[in-house]
Amino acid sequence: MTCLETIQAYAFRSLGFGENLLPRTDFNLCQQFTLIGSGLIWNIYFGVIALSLGFCLATGLAMAKASGRKWLRKPAEWFIFVFRGSPLFIQFFLAYSALVMLPRAGIDLFGLHIATSWLTSAWAGAAFVLFLNTSAYAAEIFYGALMSVPKGDLEAAEAYGLTGWDKFRRIQWPTMLRLAWPAYTNEAIFLFHATTLVFFSGFPAFQQRGDALYYANYFADKTFNPFVPYPIVAFYFILLTFTLITIFGLVNKRLNRHLPSNTRSKIRLRPQLIR
Amino acid sequence: MFSFCADPKSLEGFSWLFCYLTSGKHIDFYWSFLTVLILLAVTAPSALLFGFGGAMAARSHVAPLRWFGKTYTAMVRGVPDIVFFMFFVIALDQGIEWMKHQIVCPDWKEPIRQGLEFRVCPQAKVPLGTSSQIWHQLYGFALAVFTFALVFGAFAANVLYGAMNAVPKAQLETAESYGMSHGQVFRRILVPQMWTYALPGLSNLWMILIKATPLLFLLGVKDIVYWARELGSAKTQAYAYPHPDWRLWYFLFLLVAYLCMTRLSEIVLNRLSARLNHGQATAAGEAMRRAAQ
Repeated sequence: MTCLETIQAYAFRSLGFGENLLPRTDFNLCQQFTLIGSGLIWNIYFGVIALSLGFCLATGLAMAKASGRKWLRKPAEWFIFVFRGSPLFIQFFLAYSALVMLPRAGIDLFGLHIATSWLTSAWAGAAFVLFLNTSAYAAEIFYGALMSVPKGDLEAAEAYGLTGWDKFRRIQWPTMLRLAWPAYTNEAIFLFHATTLVFFSGFPAFQQRGDALYYANYFADKTFNPFVPYPIVAFYFILLTFTLITIFGLVNKRLNRHLPSNTRSKIRLRPQLIR
Repeated sequence: MFSFCADPKSLEGFSWLFCYLTSGKHIDFYWSFLTVLILLAVTAPSALLFGFGGAMAARSHVAPLRWFGKTYTAMVRGVPDIVFFMFFVIALDQGIEWMKHQIVCPDWKEPIRQGLEFRVCPQAKVPLGTSSQIWHQLYGFALAVFTFALVFGAFAANVLYGAMNAVPKAQLETAESYGMSHGQVFRRILVPQMWTYALPGLSNLWMILIKATPLLFLLGVKDIVYWARELGSAKTQAYAYPHPDWRLWYFLFLLVAYLCMTRLSEIVLNRLSARLNHGQATAAGEAMRRAAQ
């Protein structure tokens, strides 16, 4: 098998296309690169879904936590505490065992049939957990930023007659985003790193369709040689991290475009690993 | 454990639950919490030590040592930590066996890597194939602790490096003008003062360490996650205490246990930070001074 054929056979293996059997003997570098790269599609899928949905929920949660009304603030505080205070690993296990308990055949509600079996598969269940998890972390970041919006800006907005929704949309929200962006970039990077936990914790890989680490572990188990597959995963993730920093850096530039160049906030990678 | 639990099938209601929760396997489950606590107690100081060494190396005037320190701190960024956990444990295991192999059986002719297998001579196995189960478990635990310490040490090094740079330069220069040597400045001025700057980062790291402990399960140690899965899965009539799939409740229990741990450490760390900030020339210290007035 030449390398090109390998790529044709395994490039979309993680999605169920191409060769059905994973390589069993004569492992070469090309196979490992292709299959692990194919698994990376899942990591990107989880990261993008969780981040894009999580962004909206996080804004809402941050607003709720900053709110003066107790019935809004308390649930938001508890949500953030539960998801930030416990390991993601346990959250995956818990979600999986809870979703498995739903009746297989689906639920009949007022004559409406709701299928439930798809919830236990990783693409839905794990994405949902990651979405809630990143919402909690991002909400804490946004809340911190919301609290440090300059007082003068808000007073100026009120002096111009901006209140309520208009004030939020035109003053508070853009400033909050600008202040939170460097920390949010970090959160995004580590969310992508956290996606490697999906197939390693509760959610089983259906028909050996797994993520990058799943295939790396497969190769390490078969070859008894961890020195090739794991560095390949590391390589892919470093590439992914750089891509993310570039994209988020562009957004950061746009958010800061009205400021003099010496007061702009720069994105800096800060360590924060497992959640 | 108790005499009235001798025949579990005849029990009902509360006494059944009591006997169930005190069965031998449950006692093992409770002990495994101790495993987690021991891991935390051993890993935290050793990671701090690794971090301290890394930060000192990164500040060193000797170029190779500085490069080593910088590489060490940069290592864990950019790569998911779980990759490190998976990688290091196998790599360490094989490394130790390889070195022992070189010492114990120098006249072993066959290659160690035979195609897909890693083969050392039987005397070089760590621990030996003949040794008891407890040694295998202890060895696995020690490997896990070392891996945790190495990965978290890199993060701690990062925090401590930042903290050492945050100590006001004027203080160090004053000390030098009094004629203190480099070592003396480091010991008497830098190290005592850096903790207030290091504490926010270190407490963050401690929280992360607590939340990383379930990864022990992936490293093959029989920790709380292992037992929760084991005990929670559905049990047929063949078992003493048959029950349906209760994993949800066990994981819920673990979740609450972790929430308690993180909440408790949050409270303790807040107190500690208030203590360290007392009288410091930082924003937090200034705020405390204002509040006291």
